[in-house]
Amino acid sequence: MMKPPVFIAGIGVISAIGNNVAENLAALGKEAAGIGEMTNLHSVHRRKLPVAEVKMSNEALAAIAGLPVEVTRTALLSAIAVKEALQSAAIENIRDLRTGFISANTVGGMDKTESFFEEFSGHPQKGRLRDVVYHECGAVTELVADKIGIKNHIATVNTACSSSSNAIFMGARLIRQNRLDLVIAGGTDALTRFTLNGFNTLMIVDRQYCQPFDENRRGLNLGEGAGYLVLVSDKIAAMLKQSPLCVLSGACNANDAYHQTASSPGGTGSYLAMKGALERSGLQPRDIDYINLHGTGTQNNDIAEGTAIKLLFDGHYPPMSSTKSFTGHTLGASGGIEAVFSVLSLQYGLIYPNLRLETPMKDLPFVPEKHFRKGVPVRHVLSNSFGFGGNCSSLIFSKL
Amino acid sequence: MYLQAAAGISPQPSFEQICSSPVVYPGNRLSCIEPDYTRRIDPRMIRRMSRIIRMGVAAALDCLKASGIGMPDAIITGTAYGCLKDTEVFLSKMVENKEDLLTPTAFIQSTHNTIGAQIALLLKCHNYNNTLVQRGFSFESALLDAISLLEDREAKNVLVGGIDELTDTSFALLSRFGSYRRSLADSTSLYEEQDRGTIAGEGAAFFLVSGEPSGNDYAKLEEIDTFYKPGGANRTEAYIRDFLTAHGIRMEEIDLVITGRNGNAKDDAVYEQIERAVFKDKATARFKHLCGEYPTASSFALWLAAHCLKEKKTPAGILWSGMEAAPRRILIYNHYQNTHHALYLLSAC
Repeated sequence: MMKPPVFIAGIGVISAIGNNVAENLAALGKEAAGIGEMTNLHSVHRRKLPVAEVKMSNEALAAIAGLPVEVTRTALLSAIAVKEALQSAAIENIRDLRTGFISANTVGGMDKTESFFEEFSGHPQKGRLRDVVYHECGAVTELVADKIGIKNHIATVNTACSSSSNAIFMGARLIRQNRLDLVIAGGTDALTRFTLNGFNTLMIVDRQYCQPFDENRRGLNLGEGAGYLVLVSDKIAAMLKQSPLCVLSGACNANDAYHQTASSPGGTGSYLAMKGALERSGLQPRDIDYINLHGTGTQNNDIAEGTAIKLLFDGHYPPMSSTKSFTGHTLGASGGIEAVFSVLSLQYGLIYPNLRLETPMKDLPFVPEKHFRKGVPVRHVLSNSFGFGGNCSSLIFSKL
Repeated sequence: MYLQAAAGISPQPSFEQICSSPVVYPGNRLSCIEPDYTRRIDPRMIRRMSRIIRMGVAAALDCLKASGIGMPDAIITGTAYGCLKDTEVFLSKMVENKEDLLTPTAFIQSTHNTIGAQIALLLKCHNYNNTLVQRGFSFESALLDAISLLEDREAKNVLVGGIDELTDTSFALLSRFGSYRRSLADSTSLYEEQDRGTIAGEGAAFFLVSGEPSGNDYAKLEEIDTFYKPGGANRTEAYIRDFLTAHGIRMEEIDLVITGRNGNAKDDAVYEQIERAVFKDKATARFKHLCGEYPTASSFALWLAAHCLKEKKTPAGILWSGMEAAPRRILIYNHYQNTHHALYLLSAC
């Protein structure tokens, strides 16, 4: 049991389906995916590999973020979602509180580094040094922390695709242990050629729009964005003008310990993460009303995750879906973006569809949701994030 | 929190050698002295690992062996740069081949969590596994994560480490930023002439930490604190005084202060003021001539301090002022680029 609870007081998100919470919510309701032809990213894979881009140039993002346009796109996305999260929490005296910023990302300012390498590679005296100053993952977090004036505590998590969930888990612990009053936790990642080509060499990028949990799934589409929660202690929650959105009732981080990139066939890590989160929340599988799947759309992930769900939820399958069918796989941001979607599911009683599902997986006894539903009583949502290195994390959000 | 074991791979072969005759480096670049890995890791696995992964995994396994614990309750790594070599290899090929004819090996090993993941894979450890990547706070963030897990009783013991590698490319790039001395007789003369730049370093240091004493601990980590961009040496001094006051630490109870002086005039000016104002008349030691400067160098300092307390001696090669003695309490103060400041208070067990 997670005691005392950690409250979610605000949310912020930017993704391929919208630049803020309202736009994301509208797109989810309209079943409108954000995947399409590449426009901002310059890659030879344009017109060949669809991606889920945030529909704004760096110039437009910088204007909203209030940051210089030459900084990494990863920080621009982060700053925009962080600002929205803080605004929605409506906490005025943030500077008087012990505030932390725990942000995840997987490749830091790689968008700038890869441009730098075009000149630098083979010519070590060439390339503009100002393009590599944001290379470190931590530099992205510091850009945003400095912008919003957070000094008490900053940390960056990088456990590949489960990074954001671990940032939220860590932030919740620091609040519960009375080390901090408020933590903005989540993650960000911009599309880069580095990650696109990396996943492409693994032959897990879908040349069409991805079909998570479909028998004939072909792989993932990469996306970009940022998503953050404002986590507060019970003491701060009591001081808020508005009631908190929900609580984080359970979290667990486990490792598959099977292979650097592939999931074990039985989904050991996924199973342990979900089971651990349930135990810590004091809930039973039948209490879960919606699962936001990791659901990348790769052969390997979906069967491993599905098998773990089969083992844990046998006889009590709740509605479930992969919202990566809307946003693409946003890597280090995915846990943050999907945490925001989970909070919205609780807040408005929403079940999101798993878009483009045609043929359910033969080896699984359940079928993800095909259509958007609202007005559903949702009390507990489970959100999964699994990554390279066997890093598996699950979060459970619950109604107050 | 107790340091049940400490193990590291650094530009120095061992604590014993630091006591007898530390390795001195010509020029401005220090490199890790790598052990024979074949006695620790399956040679088939070693071949697939890049250098930083080998160093990290070997240091972690050495630490576990020294602790007598086979399966840690959690594995947490801190690294600022992550797996640089693999990142460079994939980036260079991607640029040179214009995003064509690429192989996945370097990409899949380039993620910052690879070291923690490989340790888990070798141990078949399904427990908590996290990687923190906050520049000069990477190791401290990992330690704080470990402390909060222990406090939450999510874990009884945690394997936690700080790892960063220096590659030819990162050395060339950081040299262009003016990070390193242009001329230096050797690593021991680092502090003699204050000038622009320090010496480059790298390392992997792991600790098995526990909330309860084991009866055979290296040291007890009494307190740890960090502060970010304090703004000016006076503010830094105030933070350090606040840290001491908040934890009821009196300077007369400290036997040795280890500072992160690195020979770079701008960085050392901060240490200079703190030494004069707060650490006056204390025995002081320095360590960056042994390991070089890198974002997780404080993990080397913790490894060094843990050994001083365990072995009840201060190596002559690190002592800068005061008497060589068997320290009981050590304070470490390190800052990285005057941005990331960290304080550690350790005591003998």
